[in-house]
Amino acid sequence: MNSVASFTVPTVTHAQKSAEGLAEKISVQSLDFFYGDNRALKNINVSLYKGHVTAFIGPSGCGKSTLLRILNRMYDLYPNQRASGQVLLDGEDILSPHQDINLLRAKVGMVFQKPTPFPMTIYENIAFGIRLYEKLPKSELDGRVQHALQRAALWNEVKDKLGANGLSLSGGQQQRLCIARTVAVRPEVILFDEPCSALDPISTAKIEELIDELKDDYTIAIVTHNMQQAARVSDFTAFMYLGELIEYGETTKIFTTPNDRRTQDYITGRFG
Amino acid sequence: MTMTAQANPSQTNTPLYRSRQRRNVITMTLAYAATAFGLIWLALILGVLFYEGFSGLSLAVFTEMTPPPGSAGGLLNPIMGSLVMTVIAVAIGTPLGMLAGTYMAEYGRYDKLSSVVRFINDILLSAPSIVIGLFVYEIMVAQMGHFSGWAGAVSLAVIVVPVVVRTTEDMLTLVPDTLREAAASIGLPRSLMIVKVAYRAARAGMITGVLLAVARISGETAPLLFTALNNQFWSTDLNAPVSSLPVVIFQFALSPYKDWQSLAWTGALIITLTVLTLSIIARALASQRKSS
Repeated sequence: MNSVASFTVPTVTHAQKSAEGLAEKISVQSLDFFYGDNRALKNINVSLYKGHVTAFIGPSGCGKSTLLRILNRMYDLYPNQRASGQVLLDGEDILSPHQDINLLRAKVGMVFQKPTPFPMTIYENIAFGIRLYEKLPKSELDGRVQHALQRAALWNEVKDKLGANGLSLSGGQQQRLCIARTVAVRPEVILFDEPCSALDPISTAKIEELIDELKDDYTIAIVTHNMQQAARVSDFTAFMYLGELIEYGETTKIFTTPNDRRTQDYITGRFG
Repeated sequence: MTMTAQANPSQTNTPLYRSRQRRNVITMTLAYAATAFGLIWLALILGVLFYEGFSGLSLAVFTEMTPPPGSAGGLLNPIMGSLVMTVIAVAIGTPLGMLAGTYMAEYGRYDKLSSVVRFINDILLSAPSIVIGLFVYEIMVAQMGHFSGWAGAVSLAVIVVPVVVRTTEDMLTLVPDTLREAAASIGLPRSLMIVKVAYRAARAGMITGVLLAVARISGETAPLLFTALNNQFWSTDLNAPVSSLPVVIFQFALSPYKDWQSLAWTGALIITLTVLTLSIIARALASQRKSS
């Protein structure tokens, strides 16, 4: 933790150089966010690229979860929270009042810190979301459920007990069930909000592996407190501090030669 | 215990330690005595009730009508009357209460209106049931010109509503917000989230609330005296006065006739056992909710 050199970082070509080869999926432009009168995010500009994982790191309260929860407008559930600026998903501003929020959330899925299976069977946990959008015959629905569970690397563990309550699974399995539930709805973007902070190292490794497999088909954003995790799973990293985006760039670059003094201090464990 | 076992003897001999021990003994004795005092009366009440009630219990109680003094009979018409009015009261009160509780816990959680409704609901929850009886007497019995089973059921429903509102709101509030967010995250509209996810998570607690409401109204006498009144004969006409167990108990227990008094005891036993059963089911459901 004390030395930058201890991270094992995959070698990727520099983002800045190959930026034209990247497809921008989400573009956040001069975004501010307020909890009541408290300005929690200050002029955030950041892009998420298709087929890549972007990690958000920073000390607690820096606004990284807040930022994630804007991308699917989760904050809309609560009063006195508002965002200003622009968040473009495929060029369309999702902050616009005309945005259909449920449609947006179908496109931008989310996996939470604590596993949150619905109080129903494993099968229903997955099928429930699919039925919201499609009317499928039973056999096809079964196939979709199986596919989603396979994508989440859970199928082999639960295929004989699909009728069991989702809450009867272990924490790591529950989290993968939640990933399967998210994947089943066929989103384009998946947001992970500290998905491993409640899990043991083995389950964590499985989730990380999964994120790596999923990134080919989805645009992924992950908020994490674990810097090795950010280094392991992400292609791009954004460092946030006190509601500001301090530095954003390719993960290799951020973890080896950060531009900002604060980024360097944070990733070397000097504060945070 | 471990404290005394490990304590240094020189510390256990001090006056401070001894006075603390004395105070402990006195407090414990008082606590046990208070508990015993309360339990003794409950045991006495139940003992007498079971003794008197069981001695009058027979098949005739469930098959025959309330008799005139001096002849044999049963409690069929009040049992039926109580059953029918309770079912109607729950059928009216539960949906109303659940909808109001849902509004307060889900849609209007941050609205001022919710606090107002909650405050009024608490008042209604502790309102004397005789006031509710008088209220329904005014709006139904006086308007219609006669006592009726409908009026009785409505007055019981007024008692059901606040109980269900309260438990529904409490149980929905216990459903973690993370579950609501998870439901929202797959694009579930709020109404579906409530029905399919929140209700499901809170189901056991909400059923418990309804059972408690049933237990509460099955012993109510005052509101029925003003509304359903009583009926000595078999009647399924809810537009006419309807007999009910509490009112029959009230009438028979106050009478000078031995056989009427005996039937009153039996009726009281039936109500008590019903309420007891409902409470046990409610408790079982509540503990099931905690463990799941």
